[in-house]
Amino acid sequence: MSDSDALARSSLQHHFDSLEQQHEASSLGMWVFLVTEVMFFGGIFTAYVVYRTFYPAAFADASRHLDITLGAVNTAVLICSSLTMALAVHGSQVGNRKALIGFLILTVLLGLTFLGIKAVEYAEKFEHHLVPGSAFSYPGPDARQVQLFFSVYFAMTGLHALHMIIGIGVLSVLVVKACRGVYSPAYHTPVEVSGLYWHFVDIVWIFLFPLLYLIGRHH
Amino acid sequence: MAGHVVPKKVYFNVFGLLMILTLVTTLVAFADLGPLNTIVALTIAVGKAIVVTLFFMHVRYSSRLTWIVVGAGLFWLAIMIFLTLTDYLTRGWA
Repeated sequence: MSDSDALARSSLQHHFDSLEQQHEASSLGMWVFLVTEVMFFGGIFTAYVVYRTFYPAAFADASRHLDITLGAVNTAVLICSSLTMALAVHGSQVGNRKALIGFLILTVLLGLTFLGIKAVEYAEKFEHHLVPGSAFSYPGPDARQVQLFFSVYFAMTGLHALHMIIGIGVLSVLVVKACRGVYSPAYHTPVEVSGLYWHFVDIVWIFLFPLLYLIGRHH
Repeated sequence: MAGHVVPKKVYFNVFGLLMILTLVTTLVAFADLGPLNTIVALTIAVGKAIVVTLFFMHVRYSSRLTWIVVGAGLFWLAIMIFLTLTDYLTRGWA
């Protein structure tokens, strides 16, 4: 019996017949969780759809106050991070520990880059009094509706950023465990399900970018 | 053993496609297509999401059970958004 077989056997919980069944159960469980996340974000997306249907012009005006360059760069950063996450999972599957650790760290760094850019954008919104609340000010008759857009903007991007922070935390734990040699081609389920979560958060942003940044650019 | 190993080349191709679609959706936003702007933007976003789900998230290589769970999630989301819109989009018809 090789070392990796022994490691695999010790990773098998007693209530599963095989590692394959255990892996399948974990992956399915993660997908069920992600479906609840779809519902969670879906509620705010529905709110966005309803208010944008009510106030299309105000939403288009408000959208032009977002920085399209920073938004597009952040989209690219997240897509890069999804690639590095996929390559980390690949590394864990083929037993390349250096690739696993390297790509996990890269993914964390890209996630931090995203949050840094987001922080710059948020700071700019505070400076321009576009944060909903008592300090909000916007010229023109549409001020209330524009404030509504920014409420939705901060709710959506804020929850997305919270998911990124949690994801970065999860991946950091994976880096430590990978360094200790916990994962092998036979057992790397945590890397894979964390990858599912990371890609899901990327998908949320794939929708947020056009819905928040790209409406009303053609006027 | 556990899970299907996707060739790295597939990941790089998907990455390239996602980057190109991001560029396209950003540029198209500056063209005035009327109501088509939103439709094009959402179609591209859905396309990107499908590619990420199928390849990065390995659904293409997953069990039928996974397909059903993913499909059910999207189906319920569709119910929420489309049934809501049947109200708000038709209020002006009376």
